[in-house]
Amino acid sequence: MTIRRIAALLAAGALAAGLAGCTSAIPAATNSASSGEGAKLTGTVTVFAAASLKATFTKIASEFESANPGTKVTLNFAGSSDLVTQITQGAPADVFASADTRNMDKLEDANLIDGTAENFATNVLEIAVPPANPASISSFADLAKPGVKVVVCAPQVPCGSATETVEKAAGTTLSPVSEESSVTDVLGKVTSGEADAGLVYVTDIKTAGDKVEGIPFTESNSAVNTYPIATVGASTNKDLAKAFMAAVTGSSGKKVLTDAGFGAP
Amino acid sequence: MPDSAPPEDTMTQRSGTAYTGVPPWIYAIAAAGALFVLLPLAAMVAKVNWPQFIPLVTSESSLTALGLSLRTSAASTALCIVLGVPLALVLARGTFPGQRLLRAFVLLPLVLPPVVGGIALLYTFGRQGLLGKTLEVAGIQIAFSTTAVVLAQTFVALPFLVVSLEGALRTAGTKYEAVAATLGARPGTVLRRVTLPLVIPGLASGAVLSFARCLGEFGATLTFAGSLQGVTRTLPLEIYLQRETDADAAVALSLVLVAVAVAVVGLSFGRPGAANVPAGAAP
Repeated sequence: MTIRRIAALLAAGALAAGLAGCTSAIPAATNSASSGEGAKLTGTVTVFAAASLKATFTKIASEFESANPGTKVTLNFAGSSDLVTQITQGAPADVFASADTRNMDKLEDANLIDGTAENFATNVLEIAVPPANPASISSFADLAKPGVKVVVCAPQVPCGSATETVEKAAGTTLSPVSEESSVTDVLGKVTSGEADAGLVYVTDIKTAGDKVEGIPFTESNSAVNTYPIATVGASTNKDLAKAFMAAVTGSSGKKVLTDAGFGAP
Repeated sequence: MPDSAPPEDTMTQRSGTAYTGVPPWIYAIAAAGALFVLLPLAAMVAKVNWPQFIPLVTSESSLTALGLSLRTSAASTALCIVLGVPLALVLARGTFPGQRLLRAFVLLPLVLPPVVGGIALLYTFGRQGLLGKTLEVAGIQIAFSTTAVVLAQTFVALPFLVVSLEGALRTAGTKYEAVAATLGARPGTVLRRVTLPLVIPGLASGAVLSFARCLGEFGATLTFAGSLQGVTRTLPLEIYLQRETDADAAVALSLVLVAVAVAVVGLSFGRPGAANVPAGAAP
């Protein structure tokens, strides 16, 4: 059994390396044959990750591949709830990284993960304003000033429920001019200068570059969005899945995430 | 009621007595075409959570969205008539340089993705837009207001009215107008007493199409007007938002939108002798 398994791994590794146009197929094979548990890794790991992790996970994956020759990381990005549905329907995922604990709980409750989920990042809301900050916003309370056009997410979507939590914590009731269906739509209203301010995630502001200015506020701590990661129970390559998880939660992964604006768990 | 309108009947030459030799295989393909439209609708109806249907569609947010949709669509249709009738008259009766070009541009919103229309409107009437700055100085703010919704709907629906009416005007011809003019009627009188009464059916069908298009407007509204209950969140936007959390509510509301659209279009085109599209579209 184990021999067949190793043979399969070798084949997968060689195939992956070959596909990547890499010439290290033979060294990778020898390594894995001679190695003990988890020391050297081969094969393909399929990672299902929340859409907001696209930039960071792409980077972490390529670092992981070059640190572990003979491995290949296949990434699939979508909304966390869509990914949960896919995994529940039997999609071949090895690792699942969710943008919130609620969706991870769904998989955990269905006994579809291996071991326990680990929190690896957090994200908080930040005020986004157009570069010149025309309404001179400097605090969360400023958003409630008369005449300030604020755009937020609708309560039905995660960023909107975070907004509601923050409002309660701050004791400030906003009267937004628009409640959008996604963070992107909120950001769009701010970058076009239509709105004086919008509430989006810190990482969105980082991604938007100099098109918007971010204004952090203390009350954002009341709605911290936690990102958990777990190995999927049906994974056929759990060693590699665990290794990828370790790469995300380890120091190099942390650095990539911090650079993108994510907070520590 | 329908039978009391014989003038239109004779005018548009209903097909009852005309040649109708359509090859049988055309019927087969036509049936496939009809299925292509009807099947998705049937699939949606099958998905409706009937026991919950009434509570879902009578929730406060749903009713507000429906009310807003009907009000803005009515206002936009009125605006389409005010702006579209002169446009259609000029395109059908006038002769001036650049006429063909004008027609092409007026019809552009028909083929533009609505989100592109929304972006264009944003850069026209938005705060940083071409007219927006001037309007803001004058104390008029359009962004995030119901006015923005009406502008977005009018932008996408205007071509429907212009096309229908221009077609009707060309079909009606200028015979009666010429006679009226030789009898001494001024251009204003001819327009009021001869031209417009002749094309009322075409105008009506154009207005109905515009209304239906306004009702379904989504992309331009989302991009340009935003989404706030009771102000800018029309029924399509409400459906889009409900889909995030409550698929049942989204499907139920979709069915309401379909029903309203079918009622509006059916009332105008369904009965015999009513304003029919061929009257406007035929050369």
